[in-house]
Amino acid sequence: MMRDQKLWTWHLAAGVIILLLLGLHMAIMHLDALLGIFIPAGGHSIDWGNVAARSQSLFFGVTYVLLLGTALFHGFYGLRNILFELNPAPPLQRSLSWVLIVVGLGLFVLGTWAAWTSFQNTNLV
Amino acid sequence: MLEANGHPNRLGILGWLAGGRWGPDRYLYTLHRVTGLGLLFYFVLHIVLTTSRAFGQAAWEQSMAWVSGPLFVFGEYLVFAAFAFHAVNGLRLVFAELGFGIGKPIEPVYPYQTALDIQRPWMVLTLIVAATLMVVGALDFFVWQ
Repeated sequence: MMRDQKLWTWHLAAGVIILLLLGLHMAIMHLDALLGIFIPAGGHSIDWGNVAARSQSLFFGVTYVLLLGTALFHGFYGLRNILFELNPAPPLQRSLSWVLIVVGLGLFVLGTWAAWTSFQNTNLV
Repeated sequence: MLEANGHPNRLGILGWLAGGRWGPDRYLYTLHRVTGLGLLFYFVLHIVLTTSRAFGQAAWEQSMAWVSGPLFVFGEYLVFAAFAFHAVNGLRLVFAELGFGIGKPIEPVYPYQTALDIQRPWMVLTLIVAATLMVVGALDFFVWQ
């Protein structure tokens, strides 16, 4: 398979994973009045007690990092496709790819650090 | 007038808005891109802002206070609506891309039966499901709170 074909296949696969995990995230965060799931401390889904409880959960820690990685790849690869359709010159294509890779990896490290720090800090709750 | 004339993607971004006699699917393509870019923009800010939870309750509550005004709530609803469309339409695209649910390939001649009789009902169903999610989301955002 050509490289872009592989990346496109990963883009689709990532989309399916995001559909499930972001669907769950949206249901917890924004359908809380209707569903009221994963809000152990009651009140709103973003109240500190609920945020701390989810941060300390292994399920949410692992799926958070999975969602972070797949969504960053899906989003930045999608952006790259849109930019490349505007026919930038090959040197600009390479620079754009590198910028997107570096920014994406940087955000992944930042998000993973926040997830890990709040997972292992048992003083949060 | 708006033909590519052998030049790759000559229409550029303007081609997202209008490109001649395109079917409605073409406008879903534009909407898919616009919602995708909007979601990515929000996602980057969201990753940075929610890092505050690693610094404890006070930092979290302060960061949430920054984004609790009515304009932000409305913006958040737009993110939810963009997600609803992008997710349902994306699922339709995955199925179509992999050839599921669109029948066997036939010669693409007028009246384009695959496009009209198979792909269009999927498109209508996509819009109905996305619109339903948006309505339920609006109720949860603005009415049931």
